[in-house]
Amino acid sequence: MTLLSFINYWAVIILMMTGYYCMIVRGNMIKKVIGLGIFQTSVFILFISAGKVIGGATPVLREGVERYSNPLPHVLILTAIVVGIATTAVALALTVRIREAYGSIDDDAIDAAEEDDRV
Amino acid sequence: MLLIVVAVTVVVTRDLLKATMLFAIYSLTIAGLFATLDAGDVALTEAAVGAGISTVLILAVLALVPRYEHRRAGHSLPALAIVTLTGAALVYASFDLPAFGQPGNPVHQHLGAYFIDQTYADIGIPNLVAAVLASYRSIDTMGEAVVILTAGIVVYALLSPPPRPRRGKEDER
Amino acid sequence: MRDNAILVVVARFLIPLVMLFGLYVQFHGEYSPGGGFQAGVLFASAWILFVFIYGLETALRVIPQRLIYALASLGVLLYALIGVLGVVLGGHFLDFYPLLDAPKAAQQTGIILVEFGVGVTVAAVVMLIFLLFARRRADTVAAGLDPDAADDVRVDAE
Repeated sequence: MTLLSFINYWAVIILMMTGYYCMIVRGNMIKKVIGLGIFQTSVFILFISAGKVIGGATPVLREGVERYSNPLPHVLILTAIVVGIATTAVALALTVRIREAYGSIDDDAIDAAEEDDRV
Repeated sequence: MLLIVVAVTVVVTRDLLKATMLFAIYSLTIAGLFATLDAGDVALTEAAVGAGISTVLILAVLALVPRYEHRRAGHSLPALAIVTLTGAALVYASFDLPAFGQPGNPVHQHLGAYFIDQTYADIGIPNLVAAVLASYRSIDTMGEAVVILTAGIVVYALLSPPPRPRRGKEDER
Repeated sequence: MRDNAILVVVARFLIPLVMLFGLYVQFHGEYSPGGGFQAGVLFASAWILFVFIYGLETALRVIPQRLIYALASLGVLLYALIGVLGVVLGGHFLDFYPLLDAPKAAQQTGIILVEFGVGVTVAAVVMLIFLLFARRRADTVAAGLDPDAADDVRVDAE
């Protein structure tokens, strides 16, 4: 139980906060999608590292291996990656439509376009 | 820790093409990390999806949108404060989590152990991940297939009507 | 890009290889890492490489757009039908045991079939999404919009 045993969580937290910051600060929609991707992968790492057993092996049964890592998180994350690419595709399609409707994919420019419409 | 460097660069760079390429590198690094964490299936998926398909999709969108971001004023300090606070809270909470890689962790006690012990007797295939994915949790996987199909339909609905020329300012109302 | 010899030669070498690897991942998924989802993505990426080299129209002559729609739905349908088949034969939904007499063989058959369904759906949907994004640019130009135009810089006027 040294301090090093939490290092996976800290890496996850740093990545997660990087993605979070990217989503808050960047006005550009594609940047937001990328930030969302970074956030997502940080959660993937959290799950996968929770499933790891030190000295374990990939969960494919074979002779001479005593201890396997936990397969359950792997399955969950496999599904999560699939859903992640689905949401990314939908977000990008929305980005394209926003660009066509407002002529921009930046938050500020879209706000300005809205203002113009209202006047 | 290369990961963190790459992630930060992705956020900082203003050139979206560069960001996309860096994101692909990031995904590939993640895939390597998954492989070292014993998740072969997940690593394969991440390499194919993160580094392959999502990069291609973002590039296809970049053909439709401008390549460079707008420069914008420093909104970033309050956001940085929020992010730092949240991160600090999470780090504080992380001390209550189980230590990395110990076989006695709660996550390894119930279903995980059952899957490792019983899969070969129940199903007889060596890849536990495939067994759990397609048999024990098959309804989950069916939901996943439906999600993919739904995403396809949504993108089709959003992108198949031909684009209309934008209304100019002068012909507004 | 058809005139760049290096690209064409390398792609001609790579595309069958990637497709072969996709099929390997699909049907060997019970023994090594892999499965329907990864296989679908690999197959679709081989198709996307084909599009990059030979153009969208050539690719659509090989696999028409209607076939892609049909495949996307058929994959999910196959999955659901396997599930219903279990019910018809006296089990639960997505219960593979009633499919065959030998329990292990029944489970393996079920797994291979549903993985195949997932693979077909994923490949078709990824192809469809890429197709739509790639089409969009031509459509945008056709509608009289310039996709390369810089943003309307209304922000700076504030």
